[in-house]
Amino acid sequence: MSDLLRLATAGSVDDGKSTLVGRLLYDTKSVLADTLDAVHRASADRGLSTPDLSLLVDGLRSEREQGITIDVAYRYFATDKRSFVLADTPGHVQYTRNTVTGASTAQLAILLVDARKGVIEQTRRHAAVLALLGVPRLVLAVNKIDLVDFDETAFARISKEFTAHATALGYSPDAVVHIPVSALAGDNVVEHSTNTPWYSGPTLLEHLESVPVEADPHDAVFRFPVQYVIRPRTAEHLDYRGYAGLVASGTVKVGDEVVVLPAGLRSTVRKIDTYDGPLAEAAAGQSVTLLLADDLDISRGDLIAEAGTPPQVTDEFDATLCWLSEKPLSPGARVLVKHGARTVQAIVTELRARFDEQRLASVDSPVSLGLNEIGRVAIRTSEPLPLDGYYSSRRTGAFLVIDAADGGTLAAGLVGAGLPVLDGVDSCTEGGNTAPSASDDHALVSPGP
Amino acid sequence: MTAPTRQTTLDRLESEAIHIFREVAGEFDRPVILFSGGKDSTLLVHLAIKAFWPAPVPFPLLHVDTGHNFDEVIAFRDEVVAKHGLRLEVAKVQDWIDDGRLQERPDGTRNPLQTVPLLDSITSHKYDAVFGGGRRDEERARAKERIFSLRNSFGQWEPRRQRPELWNLYNGRHRAGEHVRVFPLSNWTELDVWNYIDREGIELPPIYYSHQRDVYLRDGMWLTEGPWGGPRPEETVLHKTIRYRTVGDGSCTGAVESEASDIREVIAEVAASRLTERGATRADDRLSEAAMEDRKREGYF
Repeated sequence: MSDLLRLATAGSVDDGKSTLVGRLLYDTKSVLADTLDAVHRASADRGLSTPDLSLLVDGLRSEREQGITIDVAYRYFATDKRSFVLADTPGHVQYTRNTVTGASTAQLAILLVDARKGVIEQTRRHAAVLALLGVPRLVLAVNKIDLVDFDETAFARISKEFTAHATALGYSPDAVVHIPVSALAGDNVVEHSTNTPWYSGPTLLEHLESVPVEADPHDAVFRFPVQYVIRPRTAEHLDYRGYAGLVASGTVKVGDEVVVLPAGLRSTVRKIDTYDGPLAEAAAGQSVTLLLADDLDISRGDLIAEAGTPPQVTDEFDATLCWLSEKPLSPGARVLVKHGARTVQAIVTELRARFDEQRLASVDSPVSLGLNEIGRVAIRTSEPLPLDGYYSSRRTGAFLVIDAADGGTLAAGLVGAGLPVLDGVDSCTEGGNTAPSASDDHALVSPGP
Repeated sequence: MTAPTRQTTLDRLESEAIHIFREVAGEFDRPVILFSGGKDSTLLVHLAIKAFWPAPVPFPLLHVDTGHNFDEVIAFRDEVVAKHGLRLEVAKVQDWIDDGRLQERPDGTRNPLQTVPLLDSITSHKYDAVFGGGRRDEERARAKERIFSLRNSFGQWEPRRQRPELWNLYNGRHRAGEHVRVFPLSNWTELDVWNYIDREGIELPPIYYSHQRDVYLRDGMWLTEGPWGGPRPEETVLHKTIRYRTVGDGSCTGAVESEASDIREVIAEVAASRLTERGATRADDRLSEAAMEDRKREGYF
């Protein structure tokens, strides 16, 4: 059985993302004949002599009308080695929020650049968003390499520039792979190209098939948001009281000592139950039901954690927000925060800094945060939350900001994540080394039990 | 006790679906599972049972019955409900036609007529979360669908106004009158579904496997005789060995010629097929380039 890689695409509009995704699907024979017939027909209707592979993925009427991708779409393909879930995200500046959406679950991102243009501002912005969201691995696909006559020096120059940028964002060299491709012609996407004899690395697909999957941090500390309490109250299971949830990080074994937050109650794991029978151990990514040794009052929204290394429990914290709504954020805004399975009222007490996309630098004390802007804020919640820093746990360090009035999702929240990782990423950056460092979780004020 | 093993793709998809079921149980007041007896909704019910075991599934089932369903599928539907002690509501399209709220279409197909009884049922039962077996690999417009998909008070999907879906934090907030469509199988492919059915030993209606049937060819699809009309005088009935890749309204669900009589043979056939499930057997998706998008905007699944 092959394993699963979740990946996202990113890149500027017209860099050929949809064509690349279409090419991946086409060359892995993931496109079936009737779908292909429809693309041939639609391409011919548009007066094209070869099939436009982007039509395989741009599914909405308005996308086909405008020839652009508007909304994130999910694609599925598989080879003998692996299954893939691909979040295909639009490149328009106004749709950066979809890059955030795709990046939140991705284990790898393919960032496209046009070989003629090289690393542009949008490339740097997307790489910064991918780094901020903690996407572990990047592929820089230098697309349209045919349009620069398969020039090795052009590829080397772009690779060098991007490496410097990715390193500044915190990526180690082995986490970033550069591949010269032509999505339109298929060079180095699935098949090795004879046009790039100077390139000895893997094709894009070979890399995707073999890259290590850092799905869930098994070594990380155990975190388990309680989703639902299972109490059958049937004759057979009269006293059954199980806490159902998905292991967010780490592993748990029968006999482990745990703490239930925010109350701080301690117990041990008596049983790990599933429909298919009990388990001795459960790991990140598994949906299970925990039974504890003591009869505690635990409900949806509580977090069961490793007793030795609990998260901090606090009602005041600093976070980075990716603002995803047309309604701007102003200091003092009342919102809802959904963290794990708990939703609480909250106030954004202060806007500390805003990442300036134009200058790739941060601005102190902005008056507001608008659509697609990234900022550092202080938040106060109505009830204490058990919080990890985002970079120590991508699951329990993340939260949603929700509009209390209409229920819309306003922002992606990253606990303790800092803007400084975005600062100084480019030599043209001005200002901004004033924010605290990325690894500094000092804002979590009250320690956990 | 079993030792921890490496999670396979199917393990991960199952865990994700169970997580989604439990989120809905925790966040909503009146969820319902759409259940037709087809393979995707049968899989949904199987996953729901697993998610809440040893407690019963805390949701009822709803079937929008076009009146044009295959007898074998209706019988299977009722068996599943009885076997697992589930509660089933049936909204019959015929009732809507009889009292004039719907009109039969000239082409006789009732599949598009399901939308009104579905939305009426959601309103009258005050369902606030509606599980569907839709998968994003089925169709391009479905590829844009969220796992939690907010519908307005008219049941409409507005693709430009979808909520971003971040990490595995699902936002189920909605206002009175709005509801959320939930798709736990979003990340499954047709082959994943069949492999999982095989792994779990899930029973399906017998018409998914090859059998002999009298069929006639219409618009390139093998249709069977039934209350939806046909064969027309010019259509010749042939006795063929066929099976169904999807089951739905008989007027627009075609059979494929197939010798695949058990699950292993079906998996081999699906893996080798050069046609998509919907393209091969669903006439309603052939109407236009954006047929599915248009129906989803109207409130269809």
